Amino acid sequence: MLKMPLKCLDALFLELSKEHQVYAPMEKAGSVSFFPWKEGDTVCLDTLLTDHSPKSFFFPQSETLYRARREEGSLSIVPEEAEEISSVYFGVRACDRRSFEILDRVFLSTPCDSCYESKRRNGYVVTLACENPEDTCFCQTFGIDPAWPGGDVSVWIADGDLYWKSLTEKGEALTELVEGLFEAGDREKAEEEKAKIRKKLEALPLKDLSLGRFEHPDSAMDLFESEQWETLSDTCLGCGICTFLCPTCQCYDICDYDSGHEIRKFRCWDSCMYPGFTEMSHGNNRNSQMQRFRQRFMHKLVYFPENNGGVNSCVGCGRCLRKCPSSLNIVRVIKAIGESDAEGGNDE
Amino acid sequence: MHAIEETIKETCKKLWDHGEVNRILAWEKGLFDYDAAPVLFRSRERISRLVYNEHCGVNLSKFLIKEMEKEGKVLVLLKPCDTYGFNQLLSENRVNREKVYILGVPCGGMRDEKGLLFKCLSCKGNDFKASDQIIESDLSVPAPVPSGEEEKLNKMTAEERFAFWRGQLSKCIRCNACRNVCPACSCIKCVFDNRDSGIEAKANSDAFEENLFHIIRAFHVAGRCTDCGECSRVCPQNIPLYLLNRKMIEEMNERYGTYQAGENPEAKSPLTEFKESDPEVSAEYGKGGVSSC
Repeated sequence: MLKMPLKCLDALFLELSKEHQVYAPMEKAGSVSFFPWKEGDTVCLDTLLTDHSPKSFFFPQSETLYRARREEGSLSIVPEEAEEISSVYFGVRACDRRSFEILDRVFLSTPCDSCYESKRRNGYVVTLACENPEDTCFCQTFGIDPAWPGGDVSVWIADGDLYWKSLTEKGEALTELVEGLFEAGDREKAEEEKAKIRKKLEALPLKDLSLGRFEHPDSAMDLFESEQWETLSDTCLGCGICTFLCPTCQCYDICDYDSGHEIRKFRCWDSCMYPGFTEMSHGNNRNSQMQRFRQRFMHKLVYFPENNGGVNSCVGCGRCLRKCPSSLNIVRVIKAIGESDAEGGNDE
Repeated sequence: MHAIEETIKETCKKLWDHGEVNRILAWEKGLFDYDAAPVLFRSRERISRLVYNEHCGVNLSKFLIKEMEKEGKVLVLLKPCDTYGFNQLLSENRVNREKVYILGVPCGGMRDEKGLLFKCLSCKGNDFKASDQIIESDLSVPAPVPSGEEEKLNKMTAEERFAFWRGQLSKCIRCNACRNVCPACSCIKCVFDNRDSGIEAKANSDAFEENLFHIIRAFHVAGRCTDCGECSRVCPQNIPLYLLNRKMIEEMNERYGTYQAGENPEAKSPLTEFKESDPEVSAEYGKGGVSSC
């Protein structure tokens, strides 16, 4: 455990910047998200959740795959070169860090997604313990500990000091770069901070949320057929807020952009809430908003865990709780369907 | 507020029992105290869970479109400001007046956990512009507080304004929530969802495209936008979309006289009606008809 005064954060970032591009939560046009840091920028470490989830580090909303252009009667296809930029992501929260493990399962399994892989390989994740978890947090439901956030390096902030603990080889490499700024840290101080955080977690309104029936795969068909989906989805606007802000939603589409003189093949986030999602030549296999709505939650809480050793595709970050315009969110679904009995007793 | 909620519940039950309506669009308690969720009540028993408090900010009128496909009348709770959106849908034949029972509910300003909703700062007043029945109360809506942002934008140079909008709109993630919540955006299939349109977009293919999305939308709803503020309320990236719409309203009011969309479903929007007295915009303001941009 190492420590340095928090007021030397700029020096830390400058040192890291010598070999890496540093990303940190910053405010831009009234919204806090991760942006590339440069000297003089103000970092928002008090912001619990960035408006954009950090999935875009490795899986940007839109990325070019190749360009096709007609030249003198022949067609040239130029694959987009993957940029190998080494990046440090500073201030990632425990829930968002866990989301990388979920994305890894999708993008790094065979066949490996090279666009994702190169960014992930070049990324160093420095997490920050959640000093002030909020009402909308329910990461504990998924066994995540915001007091011990993981990553390559974990950072705690207590009494004006920053505590630094390297956890992986990558973390060691970062530590070597910045060691000169630190002194040996008092382990107890960080432990005290962890205890403080865990005490705050005990007071959160969703601390006892359990997945109920969603935890038993044998009830998948009952869950699918629950009458509650209809009622829950009645007021779903069919927008993409939940899917796009969700750190684990990873569906995408591959589209063409015709600029008039070349075709750019790009992939972009897609949303299962959209009517055009997975549209095929025969049309769409999910025609109603109820079907689309059900798909999203069944995927997160039933299909994904079924295919991934019981790991749910939700990390309890609470972005959908904060941002859904209709106050629909995964917790309401869990409470209405997961916590009800097989007869659908909760009557959402 | 509690007494109002009780009266609303009683009224709903009575209308249900008389066979007047067979479902209800209203609010239920969400996960937190500051959170009321819009819900379609499909059974009489469920009415006991209806809430009406200072967190019922959602405008329910847009949900009526989907209800028009079903049998029977739907009861909807509308606050005074929500009735403008309803009238707009009515004037465009997106709702059938015969299939809706409007219960006007009084409003004293709506709040979230941070305080009074931004849209309530430009409150349109206590009047219901459409209703079948009104719940009486001595609640009174909050006094309007000008945001001052419009003037700030008007005072900018064209370059500064361009930079402002590029900064704001570059935050857009194309979630389409602004469009989907908007009572003026009621096309059966939006051009941006139409694969055959050539401009279908789930996400920005380049940095400029999402900028254009909002500008196209602002033009599309010009003369029909009631300035209800729902687009700014739902934007997950806090983009002040209302400023685009208000600029359109300001420009139209200046040229064609003051007009409030949704005030009267019979009235014609200045952009869908021609009067001989209409200004010759290009002659007066030059090519493009734009005065100050």
